[in-house]
Amino acid sequence: MNETKLKTRPKDGATEILVLVNHPMETGQRVDPKTKEKVPAHWIQNLSIELNGKTVADVDMGVAISKDPLIAVAVKSAKKGDKVKVSWSDNKGQKGGAETTVGA
Amino acid sequence: MNPINRRTFLKGTVAGGVVAVAATAGLLKPTRVLAAAWPAAAFDAKSIDDALKGLYGSSAATPGAITIKAPLQAENGAVVPIAVSTSLPKVDSIAILVAGNANPLVASVNLMNGAEGYFSARMKMGKTSNVQVVARAGGKLHTASQEIKVTVGGCGG
Repeated sequence: MNETKLKTRPKDGATEILVLVNHPMETGQRVDPKTKEKVPAHWIQNLSIELNGKTVADVDMGVAISKDPLIAVAVKSAKKGDKVKVSWSDNKGQKGGAETTVGA
Repeated sequence: MNPINRRTFLKGTVAGGVVAVAATAGLLKPTRVLAAAWPAAAFDAKSIDDALKGLYGSSAATPGAITIKAPLQAENGAVVPIAVSTSLPKVDSIAILVAGNANPLVASVNLMNGAEGYFSARMKMGKTSNVQVVARAGGKLHTASQEIKVTVGGCGG
């Protein structure tokens, strides 16, 4: 259901960490065209990225982040083989995450 | 739970929440230390100033030293790519705000343990408006903004 993809790539001498989560990111404002009722808000609130067990980025999101969020941050100190981990949670208590290694 | 109790309970929490927000508007910094707490007050704020106060305890920011990479014109307001980078030393937080959205705060990121002053995401924009980016470095707020024209809004159905 909520697939989480994680990858790294070199960027200007640093390592860029990219996260793509398959998530509806409902604002709570959208009206379902069939039922004519508002679709309840459902969005990722927090996403955190770890490098070798240490948090490097902690993202708080609102409903204005697009559907299927694509988030990127960069770290300078990352080396090939370093472990990268991402975990997220949404307003309904659903959680997800992924792990990879730098250069994989 | 019987419905009347539930109603009074809800009323009580809403009123309590408003008071708490008012009382702590200037003192919200400590909550940011607890990374787990989602800053609801900042995300619910209706203006950029209030959102920044909820996030950083202040909305006073000096312009400059931030690069925004975003389209000048977005055909689809539901997916507007934005990348923020800054050369400021010791950046520990970046926030993206859209002036024309009902709740301006789009996202905020706390950076630590060697993360660069860089953040990229895709956001929704209801209409053509200014996008403001705020970065905190060494306890000071820095800001930059850019107008993005939106052809088709991305909020609502």
